[in-house]
Amino acid sequence: MRPLSGFLLALALGSFTLTSAFAVDNWPTPPATAKNTHQISGPLTGGTGDHTKFEALKQPFASGPDVTKACLSCHTETGQQFMKNIHWTWEYRNEATGQMLGKKHLVNNFCTNARGNEGMCAQCHAGYGWKDETFDFTDETKIDCLVCHDTTGTYYKMPNSGGNKACTVMFKDKPAIDLNLVAQKVGLPERADCGACHFNGGGGDNVKHGDLSSALKNPTRKLDVHMAVDGLNFACTACHITNKHVWAGSRYQVISKDHEGIGKPGQRRDVATCESCHGLTPHPVTSVASFKRNDHISSVACQTCHIPEFARGGVATITDWDWRTAGKTRNGEGYHEEGYAQGNGEERYTYKSIKGSFTYGENVVPLYRWFNGQMRYTTVDTKFDVNQQPIDINSFTGSREDGDSRIWPFKRMHTWQPADIGNGTLVYTHLWGDDDDAYWGNYDMGKAIAHGMKEFGIPYSGQFGFIETYSYWPITHMVAPKEDALACEDCHSKEGRLQGVEGVYLPGRDHNHWLDLIGILAVTSTLLAILGHALIRIFSHKGEKH
Amino acid sequence: MAIRRVKIFSLFERFWHWSQMLLIMTLMFTGFGLHGFHHLLDFQTAVTLHTLAAFALLLLWAFSIFWLFTTRNWRHFIPTVKGMWGVLRFYTLGIFKGEHHPYRKAYWRKHNPLQALTYLMLKIVLFPLIWVSGSIYFLYFAWRHVPLATQWLDWTAMVHTGAAFTMVVFVMIHVYMLTTGHSFREHIMPMISGFDEVDLTPEEEAYLLKDEPEVIR
Repeated sequence: MRPLSGFLLALALGSFTLTSAFAVDNWPTPPATAKNTHQISGPLTGGTGDHTKFEALKQPFASGPDVTKACLSCHTETGQQFMKNIHWTWEYRNEATGQMLGKKHLVNNFCTNARGNEGMCAQCHAGYGWKDETFDFTDETKIDCLVCHDTTGTYYKMPNSGGNKACTVMFKDKPAIDLNLVAQKVGLPERADCGACHFNGGGGDNVKHGDLSSALKNPTRKLDVHMAVDGLNFACTACHITNKHVWAGSRYQVISKDHEGIGKPGQRRDVATCESCHGLTPHPVTSVASFKRNDHISSVACQTCHIPEFARGGVATITDWDWRTAGKTRNGEGYHEEGYAQGNGEERYTYKSIKGSFTYGENVVPLYRWFNGQMRYTTVDTKFDVNQQPIDINSFTGSREDGDSRIWPFKRMHTWQPADIGNGTLVYTHLWGDDDDAYWGNYDMGKAIAHGMKEFGIPYSGQFGFIETYSYWPITHMVAPKEDALACEDCHSKEGRLQGVEGVYLPGRDHNHWLDLIGILAVTSTLLAILGHALIRIFSHKGEKH
Repeated sequence: MAIRRVKIFSLFERFWHWSQMLLIMTLMFTGFGLHGFHHLLDFQTAVTLHTLAAFALLLLWAFSIFWLFTTRNWRHFIPTVKGMWGVLRFYTLGIFKGEHHPYRKAYWRKHNPLQALTYLMLKIVLFPLIWVSGSIYFLYFAWRHVPLATQWLDWTAMVHTGAAFTMVVFVMIHVYMLTTGHSFREHIMPMISGFDEVDLTPEEEAYLLKDEPEVIR
């Protein structure tokens, strides 16, 4: 109980003055450093070599894989190391649940499935040429080094296979990439590198996560206190530390409560938790309030108070997606409609023939629930009862009592999406392709599903319909400066944010109705008795005062 | 026997009483705010004030307990039934007929039997109930991992809240009692000046006049 003894010591020394309790008036704290020209990427920042001087990078490159070969000629072990990570495998075996996860397998409630649509979706695979099942996952020359290490902003990827002719318009007139320039300018990944895919999950800017948007490329301190260009200027890898090209931090297995905190020097290359930098008593004990805040970390995730809302910074997230309306055409052609102007002024599509209707949200108050870090997915193999909608695409577990749970913020995504109504399963939909079955171009959901299921030998009843689904996204980015953190009464109040969180008595929110009733009755009857007593005294012996 | 004005509340006792009064009022005001009965303070300020006032009160009580036992003043609070019936009869009957209060303060008995019993109960039941439950409540995060912690927390909160309601009832009656007997002002003055009318034995009177002339008028 070090914090307690510290607290008592401070109390004994009389340092707990009221003024220190209100020391928060000194906020906001100034930015930690002057503007950094490079993003902070942890211990590797700065590097030890100048890539413009490397002979291997001065040869002409005809293609991406040629660059990769040049990279591997110096970084001899990187290829084998890299091919173990999830950016390459798109596969994650959850040891706790035994489930096979990863983009290669999962169905989500956005664009639904990457499987079978790799020609389009694998633009975000850190490799070259994955368009179907023939891709060779053991060929290290197919690794795409540049997509993460480009610092010029001129590198981009194209779909690995041609889709329907209607889709090709999206990829016309792109400027040629100067591979030599990009290769000689490689550096540690910056936010824009990671963001090229991670900010656009779900098919557009901030569509999926809610807390990962293009606003984080150059965020203000108010949007993200760590990544702020006018502050710490962290790259993603400052927290998502790497070891042999494997990154810390996983949505498939979240560390909901870090029991270790800051490791000793050289340790802790395995986590991206707040505690791994801020420790297990992150609030300096200068007041009663900060002492109580440190108490809270065993029950409340840092994110809960320090990310008051997600989808901040002017970029909206999609909160509701309706596939039932997809497929409408005008003159036989797909179309889209704008209808939502987001905070930064950009218009967002509220309808697309290829995807359906969208509802957007900005500055969204998260959903709060106990969470032990364990996600269980409804995969394409999972049977469910279609009468028990909405179906959780990923359900999470956690309670006050299990020792690992804390109260976490979530984005909850609601979607109407296609499913196999006959068998009660999710479906692989064949969206991308230049054949007659691809939904994007032909708008026949039945054919697209039949194709997608058959391609991977998955049982399909032939009867598809639309089901309501939820998916849950733990919120962890867009950490606000401390002066914008939640106040106590945001949760400690009757209609507060933790209204749906069960399992613990929360002062200010909870009370025992009977006790309050008895207490109020006792006080009222005392008052009445006093008044009665006083009245009798006044009227019973006028004149004489005793 | 002679009725004399004698200093029955020492400076420390008066300081104790009034600072305790202020702290308890602070605790009630902030506590019921935390409970959600009013929102005149934000939660953080209320928690801070509540905690600081509670620690200050504990400190005050530590001093007062030391004082009670070292000065032998604790004997004022020994419960007795002698004269209790008369006092009860006065408040339920005699007071309406204009009778005089039956109790006369003695030098070593400055409280009437009902007061002595009430204050004793306050000291050994209600105060401990409220500060023990409050301390347990405050330290919840140190014992949150024990089995059934959340049920214990429920009970702790209930005991603390229940004791708080009882405290309100005590304060209401305590203040109302000041209006009985003489005037409100005459009741309150002893706790300000320290002097009240006391029935002294000739020996006490002689002793005080000779050895402690400053406490007798």
